[in-house]
Amino acid sequence: MTARDEVLARLRAARDAGGSTSPAVPREYRRTGTLPPGSAAAVARLDETLTDYKAAVHRVRTEDEVPGAIAAVLRDAGATSIVVPAGLPAAWLTAYDGEVRTDGPPLSVADLDATDAVVTGGAVAIADTGTFVLDARAPDQGRRAISLVPDHHVCVLRADAVVSSVPEALARLDPDGPLTFVSGPSATSDIELDRVEGVHGPRRLDVVLVGPV
Amino acid sequence: MTTTHLGMPTVASDPHGHLRGTESFPVAAHRALADTQLRQNLGHATRTIRAKRAAVVGEVDDWEELRRAGECLKADVMARLPELLEQLEASVTARGGVVHWARDAEEANRIVVDLVQETGADEVVKVKSMATQETGLNEALGAAGIAALETDLAELIVQLSDDRPSHFLVPAIHRNRSEIRDIFLREMPDVDPDLTDEPRRLAMAARAHLRRKFLSARVGISGANFAVADSGTISVVESEGNGRMCLTLPDTLITVMGVEKIVPTWSDLEVFLQLLPRSSTGERMNPYTSTWSGVTPGDGPQTFHLVLLDNGRSNVLASPDGRQALHCIRCSACLNVCPVYERTGGHAYGSIYPGPIGAVLSPQLTGISGPDDVNASLPYASTLCGACFDACPVRIDIPHLLVQQRAAAVDAHTRPTAQDVAMRAAAAAMATPGRFSLAERVVKLGRLLGRSGRIRSVPGPGAAAWFGARDMPPPPAETFREWWARRERTRRDRT
Amino acid sequence: MRIALVATCLGDAMFPQAPRATVELLERLGHEVVFPADQTCCGQAHVNTGYLDMALPLVRHHVDVFTGVADVVVAPSGSCVGCVRHQHAMVARRGGDEGLARAAEDLAGRTYELSELLVDVLGVTDVGAYYPHRVTYHPTCHSLRMLRVGDKPLRLLREVRGLTLTELPDAEVCCGFGGTFAVKNAETSTAMLADKMANVLSTHAEVCTAGDTSCLMHIGGGLSRLRSGVRTVHLAEILASTEESPRVPDAIMSEAR
Repeated sequence: MTARDEVLARLRAARDAGGSTSPAVPREYRRTGTLPPGSAAAVARLDETLTDYKAAVHRVRTEDEVPGAIAAVLRDAGATSIVVPAGLPAAWLTAYDGEVRTDGPPLSVADLDATDAVVTGGAVAIADTGTFVLDARAPDQGRRAISLVPDHHVCVLRADAVVSSVPEALARLDPDGPLTFVSGPSATSDIELDRVEGVHGPRRLDVVLVGPV
Repeated sequence: MTTTHLGMPTVASDPHGHLRGTESFPVAAHRALADTQLRQNLGHATRTIRAKRAAVVGEVDDWEELRRAGECLKADVMARLPELLEQLEASVTARGGVVHWARDAEEANRIVVDLVQETGADEVVKVKSMATQETGLNEALGAAGIAALETDLAELIVQLSDDRPSHFLVPAIHRNRSEIRDIFLREMPDVDPDLTDEPRRLAMAARAHLRRKFLSARVGISGANFAVADSGTISVVESEGNGRMCLTLPDTLITVMGVEKIVPTWSDLEVFLQLLPRSSTGERMNPYTSTWSGVTPGDGPQTFHLVLLDNGRSNVLASPDGRQALHCIRCSACLNVCPVYERTGGHAYGSIYPGPIGAVLSPQLTGISGPDDVNASLPYASTLCGACFDACPVRIDIPHLLVQQRAAAVDAHTRPTAQDVAMRAAAAAMATPGRFSLAERVVKLGRLLGRSGRIRSVPGPGAAAWFGARDMPPPPAETFREWWARRERTRRDRT
Repeated sequence: MRIALVATCLGDAMFPQAPRATVELLERLGHEVVFPADQTCCGQAHVNTGYLDMALPLVRHHVDVFTGVADVVVAPSGSCVGCVRHQHAMVARRGGDEGLARAAEDLAGRTYELSELLVDVLGVTDVGAYYPHRVTYHPTCHSLRMLRVGDKPLRLLREVRGLTLTELPDAEVCCGFGGTFAVKNAETSTAMLADKMANVLSTHAEVCTAGDTSCLMHIGGGLSRLRSGVRTVHLAEILASTEESPRVPDAIMSEAR
């Protein structure tokens, strides 16, 4: 008997012995958030929750202000080189005067490690938790390594990507591709359960938030 | 040093892995209770995390509804476990992953060792994983000449100091910052000799220590927080980015998960991704959650293996109530609120699964072999105070399971113990009113011991345990029933 | 109302002041209290130590003795009521006696812990008590988390004339008794007791009260060993105390007998 057959047989026997009636799952929790998707209130709450977990949030009213905001953040960080996914809107980088390395063909890990920052878009953001999600198959977000290895991540989020709650976010996402849920810069609570920001993932996280201020 | 007596972890001789310690809970607790540093570290850490958890749970007005959904989702999974696993296998395979099945810890370790050897790698990077701690994978890899590098900060601390994990979330919760600094100074070859005990500096030392390893790793090994049956999606919830490194940069990824970690559909994660971070690290959301489905061309490991582990879980599933223990999402909230855990720490439980959930999970996974089985002492390591149930994000009725496992421990008595004799005598007296009042008259003889107003000691082993720290009043001159009878007589006489 | 009293085995044999106070309090409020004399023990110690088979006859005896004797049943103990309400039917079902399980559930539906009876059933928070002492209240685990009595005991205490209520730090943390836990894991129990006593002493209360004699025996036993001078007194005794017949916590271990 293969391990597969034996494990499944054991589990079947045990399941039948212990009862095989599935309960109905009560879905009385909130499946739509308290704030309307894309609303000024949702964007404001996202600003708060991102900031609470030590992401720096830069609010801009319109898409036109994005290039200036990105350039200012990168200048402030002293980033002389950045990596961007192949599908990042070219207009976003027009004000940045450092070196732009496009990840297509893919950069090596060593190249990524030698790059100061990464600029990406985001698939969806969750105002309640201060989270944004990167979809590796989205052209403006790129494969996972590019937003991981550089020590500084700049993420541009549009108001229409902002939802209030976790259920609303999952409903917008396709699980087939790799997804990364990001809530602040990397952190650890492993020393006396005190939170310290900045470990292996990017130690600096800037979010450019486009929408009503 | 609190734990050096445990020595180097060795390859588990038990095919179950690290699910059973070598001494009973009271014996291990005796040492822990006397360790001032340990008591201080645990008290501080658990107090901190309790406050954080309470604050973020308080923000969620549908928390109880989420708990109930989580409870029923897990009950549903248990009722359909074989079918869901077959579905998971099919969906992972369809997306380019390879699924393996392991009857026990030994078999899981063998599968992983073989897979690593096929790649030719002699080093692997690991994301913190309870499943591979359970199987003792690192020791098995070590025996095959493969170095397993733990990358989670707390797990790294444990590994560098040849220690054992004492908590699900923070395996080094029993260490404070200055102990951690000392470990780093001693064990990290290239560490800054001026390292201070500031947590930020310690985290930076870990980053520097692991950076090259991450960037050159060929094989990553992880556990799984959730596996979605219908989409074949695996999820790892973490904070430091070490998980992302291990899941993204190597060519080969091997994930080992207990069969119970499954959820039916992608949208079911909407419940658990709310329950887990708030219960675990006391955050609205942990810094990083990664999800992936099989292999994605051009992104991440191009070879993905998923090892599904039974290792006693089918024993647990067979119990209609006991299977609730398999609902656990390893958040560690029950540990953090448990007054016993807070005082003894995780090592006292022997098994890799400590605290209230460990006390009901470990003896069910291994079974209880007899009165001398150390795991039979675990269900008694609780006052049944119920704080664990209130904190559990999936509403596992741990107090009930503790009672049930105590019954299992009693059932495993192959010969009558002193406790059996005492309980039988008490039951016999209590089932019969006449014998009960006779017993009360015997108790009253205790008045002879308490002429000073308090009793300070009484012979007998159980009594010694009580009177070690507590007095007892002398029995009353008149029991309640005597008082009642006297009052009734007086009333009758009056009328 | 006709109320049947569960004196509890510990209350009957060792701490009769709690059930006596319960009787006096309820009669003062105008109710009829009956004491079915054949009662022994609810079986909690057996259940919670894992002797579920041995507990079965105790459950049967309890259900036999209390079925049909009164409108409601009261016990001055959160843990005994917790056992009746949450464990009796389970023990009966495990023993294969569905009829007993149903009868136990029916009885459990009419069984109340003292503060529940007063506040929920009798609708009273001011029971006319007088107790001119500084008191701190320890919510016992089973009354708090098995029965969910919430702040009912505190609402009763706040109405007691002369009583100064002081808040107990970390009140909701277990005192470390846990029945046989205090013996089987005596050292861990003592460590928990030490913290509970430190919190009690920090309030500078004269009296620590609770709804469970067993927890009070544990806390009081520790406070006595330390010669702290702080006494443990059951909630029923405080509520039974009046200006006409005050109960004075004068003995080292609350020996009002």
